[in-house]
Amino acid sequence: MASEQLEEYLESILDIEEKEGVAKTSAIAKCMKVAPASVTGALQALADKGFIEYQPYKGATLTGQGREMARKVKRRHRLLEVFLTDVLHISTKNVHDEACKMEHTLSDETECALCKMLNAPSRCPHGSLIGACNRDVESCSACLEENAPPSTTPRDEPLVPVTSIQPGQKATIAFIRGDSSVVQRLADLGLTLRAEIQLIRKAPLSGPIEIGVRKTRLAIDRAIADHIFVSVCREKAS
Amino acid sequence: MIGAGDGMNNRPGTRAPGDRREYVVALAGNANVGKSATFNQLTGVDQEIGNWPGKTVERAEGILEYQGQRIRVIDLPGIYSITALSTEEQVSLEFIAHDHPDVVVNIVDASALERNLFFTLQLAELGSPMILALNQMDLARKKGITIDTGRLSNLLGVPVIPTIAVQGKGIAGLSDAIIRAVQDRPEPHTILYGKEVEDCIARILQQIPDGAGGYPPRWTAIKLLEGDPDTLWVVRKQAPGAVDLARECARELETIHGEPAGTVLSGERYHAAERIVRDVMEIHTPRDHEAGLTERIDRLALHPVLGYLLLIMTIGGLLVWTFVIGAWISGILLFWLSLIAPVEPLITGSLADIVLNGAWTGLVAALTLIIPYVIPFYLFLALIEDSGFLTRFSLMLDRGMHKMGLHGKAIIPLVLGFGCTVPACLSCRIIESPKQKFLAAFLVTLVPCSARTIVILGIVAAFVNIWWALALYLFDFIVLVVLGRIAFRALPGESVGMIMEMPDYHFPRIPGVIGQTWKRTKSLLGIVMPSYILGSIVITAAYALGYLGPVNALLSPITVALLGLPLMTGVVFIFGIVRKEMTILALAAIFGTTVFSTIMTPAQLIVFALVTMFYVPCISTILALAREFGWRRALGITLLETALAIAFGAAAIRLLGLFL
Repeated sequence: MASEQLEEYLESILDIEEKEGVAKTSAIAKCMKVAPASVTGALQALADKGFIEYQPYKGATLTGQGREMARKVKRRHRLLEVFLTDVLHISTKNVHDEACKMEHTLSDETECALCKMLNAPSRCPHGSLIGACNRDVESCSACLEENAPPSTTPRDEPLVPVTSIQPGQKATIAFIRGDSSVVQRLADLGLTLRAEIQLIRKAPLSGPIEIGVRKTRLAIDRAIADHIFVSVCREKAS
Repeated sequence: MIGAGDGMNNRPGTRAPGDRREYVVALAGNANVGKSATFNQLTGVDQEIGNWPGKTVERAEGILEYQGQRIRVIDLPGIYSITALSTEEQVSLEFIAHDHPDVVVNIVDASALERNLFFTLQLAELGSPMILALNQMDLARKKGITIDTGRLSNLLGVPVIPTIAVQGKGIAGLSDAIIRAVQDRPEPHTILYGKEVEDCIARILQQIPDGAGGYPPRWTAIKLLEGDPDTLWVVRKQAPGAVDLARECARELETIHGEPAGTVLSGERYHAAERIVRDVMEIHTPRDHEAGLTERIDRLALHPVLGYLLLIMTIGGLLVWTFVIGAWISGILLFWLSLIAPVEPLITGSLADIVLNGAWTGLVAALTLIIPYVIPFYLFLALIEDSGFLTRFSLMLDRGMHKMGLHGKAIIPLVLGFGCTVPACLSCRIIESPKQKFLAAFLVTLVPCSARTIVILGIVAAFVNIWWALALYLFDFIVLVVLGRIAFRALPGESVGMIMEMPDYHFPRIPGVIGQTWKRTKSLLGIVMPSYILGSIVITAAYALGYLGPVNALLSPITVALLGLPLMTGVVFIFGIVRKEMTILALAAIFGTTVFSTIMTPAQLIVFALVTMFYVPCISTILALAREFGWRRALGITLLETALAIAFGAAAIRLLGLFL
């Protein structure tokens, strides 16, 4: 099966998993608009490659490798959507399909250049969050500043925006997106890189989130918090 | 050791012409750490206290008299850092660096030492003599935190005094320390950062000539490294070499750390703060009573359904309480005051009588409005504020406020606006961005203040029915939201999102609540009383001299032709510019009746109230707006709202005529 198709499957599984926990075959079929029988074949191919754990009748869950791949493609998809909308002024109803076709052929270098040109956008035209890149950088200025050679070594672990972790979860800040004034404002309040934080709660109606850091609690606008990427502390799940 | 340089000796104004010298002490610290409470304890001046970060936007001044010394105490705004991005930070930086207070008292929250020390380290770099007041020791104890103050004092090189300012504990110790410090001038140690950063600072220091930029050299070097545009600009003229070197160093740091030099330095400061905290602080019981309480209340207050229910009930309760209690006290006051002299506007008789009557009417109107309605309102609001609920409300409403380009913090001016527009406009200062500040003030002028509520109740609810009164309210809110959205788009500037500290809940502290109520009432009396009395005199006199007759005729194209109201209402609207509820008094006096349904049709009554609600904000509000934003913007709002009022009124009289 072509890698493009497999990537499309990974994206769909990521979407469904985020909503429902496990991606059932029927849900994937509905999302991809294909017959359930062809889904089963694709899932087996993905499982063979180590991207997913597949149990017949139960459904699929992404492995670490699979999730990373899915997020990478999602990020490219959304970056492309921003590019198509903001730069090429393609009408909104077409950008999704266009981006779907282009996302699979984008190289790391082009992705980075695109992100830099678009000034590290945080959301796609449909309002979904764009993930962090997998470069080993701690803030966007490493790329956005002139003459700064962007780091090309990949990060050890995938990052998630602090807005997507669960209340009560602890994490450390790994990357803050945006220009230096945003980064500075957050840093002054104690949200520095490698600082340990805990998500206390998310206010209803996508209001601000409340974060515990350095023994204080801060309410932070969701749009600002979207810029804060963390790596979740894996510990005592008991 | 780096001192504050040679600017120390020429300090105009602080030295009395004789031998006795007046010392100056500045209080600095994060928002909501008890700075205002400490200030009040030291000076006895009623500075507003509340459980709300960021109240001291203008600096407050008071005098500490202790052991025969007279010390001027300045309360600087609560800030988290001195990167000089906001006005408050600018104010504090300039005061500490250029006015050279004898001692800076850095007030820190003992229960959040790490975050507070970040600011302490920046203050220390400014090189002023310093004392650390370790406040909220009770809260820290409840959280199981103990702090070795002796050790902290050794590490920082300045006296450390534990205090509980709201209870007045440790204030004597702090006063002693201040008296000693103005003589000894304890200077903080230099706290060293990581090696790479220190290397950069050392290299830049060699290039900086003495006194460049008017700050201590280490501060200047760090600011250059952070790329602070003001410092770069000032130093470039004296030492272009230092600027180039700083740029180079910053670039080196950026390649090593992968983040801008400013953020690297913030990180370094926090590392230094972590180091100190690890050395001096111990936490005993991890689980604590107070935090558990806050968590439990938050589960209700921030619940997606119950939270909003609580919010609506609280704000609704606030308004009902205000008007029930207010109407009762107002009735009693009016009764006693009218025994002294009649309070209807007098429009016939000798000029002296009319002027006297105008002054008296103005005074009575002020007394019967401010005392009965506004004080209970502020009292209730201060309770919500001090206990910590208001911060939760702003969290819950943040999203809705975005629709108007504002954020959660704007809830305080808007809610205050239900009482009186004037202090509400002034309280817009708590909002950071200039655009949002102006936007909030504009919307505040549309919130139905107690005067407007009185007009709606006294005219529409009393003589048409309560539903039309409520409909007017609803219409007002719709207009507010729509105009908010339009203004958000039309005004230049950017809207920034909210970052706000969430304080713990605590039982309201009565002195704080009373102090806050009084402070707000006082700021109101200062502006409203004189304008009430003067405005009332001017308008009654003008009317008595026959100047208002032509005004009636002049306004008749609007009042009669457009709005379909009786001719005499032209004058009534002029009265209403002083205070909106004076329209009721004027109507009664001119038509000689208090049963308004006999002089106007229901449709006319509704239109009259509608126009009163929206037209010219009262004189006091215009003055307040002019003071905060300049005359151009104040008059702009006035004209816009008057035009809207006429448009709404003209449309309403034609529509209402169809079915009333």
